[in-house]
Amino acid sequence: MSVKFESLREDFPILKRKMHGKNLIFLDSTSTSQKPMQVIQAIEEYYRSTNSNVQRAIYDLSVEATEMHEEARSKVAKFINAKHTEEIIFTRNTTEAINLVMHAYAMNKLGKNREIITTIMEHHSNILPWQFWERNAGGKLNFIDIKDDGTLKMEQYDKLVNERTGLITVLHQSNVVGTINDVENIAKIAHENNSLFLVDAAQSIPHIPVNVQKINCDFLAFSGHKMLAPMGIGCLYVKKEVQEMLEPFMYGGEMNKQVSMHEAKWNEAPWKWEAGTPDVASAVGLGAAIDYLNKIGMENVQKHEKELTKYALDEMENVKRIKIFGPHDLEIRGGVISFVFDGVHPHDVADILNREGIAVRSGRMCAEPLLKRLGVSDVTRASFYIYNTKEEIDAFVNGLKKVAEVFRLG
Amino acid sequence: MAEEELRMLYTEQIIDRYKNPRNFGELKGANAEAEDMNPICGDRIKMQLKIEEGRVFDVKYSGEGCSISQASADLLADFIKGKTIEELKTLQKDDVLKILGIEVTAVRLKCALLSLKAFKLATLNLYR
Repeated sequence: MSVKFESLREDFPILKRKMHGKNLIFLDSTSTSQKPMQVIQAIEEYYRSTNSNVQRAIYDLSVEATEMHEEARSKVAKFINAKHTEEIIFTRNTTEAINLVMHAYAMNKLGKNREIITTIMEHHSNILPWQFWERNAGGKLNFIDIKDDGTLKMEQYDKLVNERTGLITVLHQSNVVGTINDVENIAKIAHENNSLFLVDAAQSIPHIPVNVQKINCDFLAFSGHKMLAPMGIGCLYVKKEVQEMLEPFMYGGEMNKQVSMHEAKWNEAPWKWEAGTPDVASAVGLGAAIDYLNKIGMENVQKHEKELTKYALDEMENVKRIKIFGPHDLEIRGGVISFVFDGVHPHDVADILNREGIAVRSGRMCAEPLLKRLGVSDVTRASFYIYNTKEEIDAFVNGLKKVAEVFRLG
Repeated sequence: MAEEELRMLYTEQIIDRYKNPRNFGELKGANAEAEDMNPICGDRIKMQLKIEEGRVFDVKYSGEGCSISQASADLLADFIKGKTIEELKTLQKDDVLKILGIEVTAVRLKCALLSLKAFKLATLNLYR
């Protein structure tokens, strides 16, 4: 099926906004995506006609809300090809999902002398929870380094993995260099060594097909807001076979079955890890976002972004004194382009582009160890999604040429 | 319109000071200094002062950041050099913007005023 990506833009009301008298060109979907009317309407409709608390009351409205919440869960399960719907735990976002793995699994099962392996490519959200574990459980956190092209030094796993390794974690797609990591291979390495395997899929789920059974991961974390859904909803996939190893993460309502003054019995998966009233409307919005993406087809989404990325990389070659990070092989790179100008600070780049109506991110990308490894303290980043066009990339590249002009780069 | 806005912020002076700062570096024998940073964008400025008999004898700044933050530190250093601490006591936002000669938007104001903040921190205890 061929998709008219240009016409999808009609679904995104925010794209009609003017910035500094120009059309908004949103090139920061890596940070958060824009939302189509279908998602906005689903949230509104939920509040208009179904709002009530879930898993509690006998009356019809509550039953309906519970059904909608669980329907959203089942959509997520199908979207990532989970074997069982109860393998999906709703969280606020990727960060909370990773913290859940840290508290529910690592803090309980991995004590002194145990080791966790992450990578230097990670977002802070897949480093800081493990630093907490290292400090408080007394274990050791190890890092896989990258090569200069922004891909992992895969051979380092051989040296770092041993019988003490309890968890290997890696991001699926980098929010800085765009690299798509070979998670299937890393899953094999983990399981051959009796370690569990966690994938941070925050940047892959919105952009490429993700299949948890094919990857064979034990945990997979992602956010709704980067995939057209509202902020405030994320997911943690936990393979059924490892769920019994996990303690609760937070304590309170909904996560229990029976409570006395000094003890309680836990609810079943997935509610055991969903204490308190959940964000039902956002889960419904996530369901609508998944419907929207399914209609386009994730293969088509990936194809569209690959085309945009190739076009942007080629056009950016013509800009003076610019350095682009990450692999150039589009088979292992998503639509994320981080770069620096020799002689212009990234914030000035973003400011000048902003005056052209172009929204790009600048700064440390929540990945300071990676930026340090790349030899820079800040970068500017442009990223693409289903609603971006080649014309927008032309405007972006013209903006970059203007930056070079303003800063008198020869 | 946008072109004019650009020229009004990224003036010859700002770009020149950013690319060729006059007061960048470490100051030997500094007797007052402070560093501050803007956590959102990571701009970082350290102001070092050598104060003798209540007068700023020498100033240097170091750090990293955007053109506005760095140029403002360089221009501010020129401005305070030779003045007495008493004269500089009332130095404030509008003075710095006047020295910079630009109009900054709310989002860049923090960049423009970072060096003033570092200077204030460095001289704080001198007024006690």
